[in-house]
Amino acid sequence: MAEAVAEGAKTKVTVTVNGQQRSASVEPRMLLVHFLRDELGLTGTHVGCDTSQCGACVVNVDGLTTKSCTKLAVQVDGSFVETIEGLADGDAYHPIQDAFWEKHGLQCGYCTPGMIMSTKALLERNPNPTEEEIRHELEGNMCRCTGYQNIVRSVQYAAQTMRKKATG
Amino acid sequence: MFPTSFSYHQAASVADAVAMLAGNPEAKILAGGHSLIPAMKLRLAAPGMLVDLGRVSELKGVSIEDGVTTIGAMTTYDELRFAEGVSEAFPILLDAINVIGDQQVRAHGTIGGALAHNDPGADLTAVFLALGGSVQVTGTSGERTVRGEDLFVDLWTTSLEPDEVITRVSLPVSAAGTLTAYKKHAHPASGYAVVGIAIAIEQADGVVSQASIVITGATSKPTRAATAERALVGKHLDHESIAQAAAVAAEGLEINGDTYASESYRAQLIKVLAKRAIESAVSR
Repeated sequence: MAEAVAEGAKTKVTVTVNGQQRSASVEPRMLLVHFLRDELGLTGTHVGCDTSQCGACVVNVDGLTTKSCTKLAVQVDGSFVETIEGLADGDAYHPIQDAFWEKHGLQCGYCTPGMIMSTKALLERNPNPTEEEIRHELEGNMCRCTGYQNIVRSVQYAAQTMRKKATG
Repeated sequence: MFPTSFSYHQAASVADAVAMLAGNPEAKILAGGHSLIPAMKLRLAAPGMLVDLGRVSELKGVSIEDGVTTIGAMTTYDELRFAEGVSEAFPILLDAINVIGDQQVRAHGTIGGALAHNDPGADLTAVFLALGGSVQVTGTSGERTVRGEDLFVDLWTTSLEPDEVITRVSLPVSAAGTLTAYKKHAHPASGYAVVGIAIAIEQADGVVSQASIVITGATSKPTRAATAERALVGKHLDHESIAQAAAVAAEGLEINGDTYASESYRAQLIKVLAKRAIESAVSR
């Protein structure tokens, strides 16, 4: 096993972000969210509360829904990370993005990248969630604009269109 | 917010982690990181070194054999609740895991981390005590088993030595017919238990033969509500006996108060949730 990374020293972290291998040398204390935003320039992932409570920074790491402000970049060395920038296919929105547009699931949009990434992880595990399940699974994502009603509708709409797509 | 600088070691094995801890007294173990990293960002914790157990595969996995469930310390809450046989053997684990933090915490938080951290508002510490669990621990002086009642010392404090790592969590599979449940009043912002109650009740010949009622959130460490336990033993479980036991559930406990919930409010919540927990276990 490698030696410990000394205090203040930098170490190379390589992750596959949205299908592309990216590397940067960082201190062990660098959080994943800052690695994505400041080192890789992927600013779609937001910093909200910065105290692990609001979910604005949610990305998926190796398929797991993850608050990127609560992971060190060094912890995810070698992992596959998916961020909001990875969802659209060229100019075509992902069905979850479409659903948030269609059902007015956002107002200011600050929480939206986290909401959408949490929704993606939820629908991968449970393609047909009940309203109660949606509210429970998105409990870690705060929205201060919408009152959540339209977000729940967006998730239901996304689930519906993705199920249709999956069954052809 | 950023943590203060620290050195970082990704452990390759338990032995590697123990050696690193023994050689670096300022080191702390990084498990799921969902308590430690937020504390480090707030500078409430500033360990000089982190020893990351995230890639130690020998600490993962769940097995149910010969009446004992063995859970690798780095098993996440989600891995535990979805592991084969767990929902049938331990419905109380599902009760508790469903109300831990939020989905991101359930995806990353680990059972070993929760027990070693011993947060006074944790959920699984109470469930672990109610089920009569123990932990397997490895340190420089070798392996040992620590029973639940000997593990928790005080707020965020356990009886583990600085160079010891929890490797496995053992839960005896309850006798057939054992009634279990976990009920919680969560803090609306943090999600931690203001009061949580884990119960495990065994019956023989139609009466309670053994009762564990464990309180978390209200006390400095998970604590058995001994008066309520005694009130149940020997009784047939019915509306009256449950109400009588719940009414004395806060007796003899040292209850903490804070700006969200006073001592007397928590005492009231204990009585209410004890009743709900027993009723929920009976109706399951």
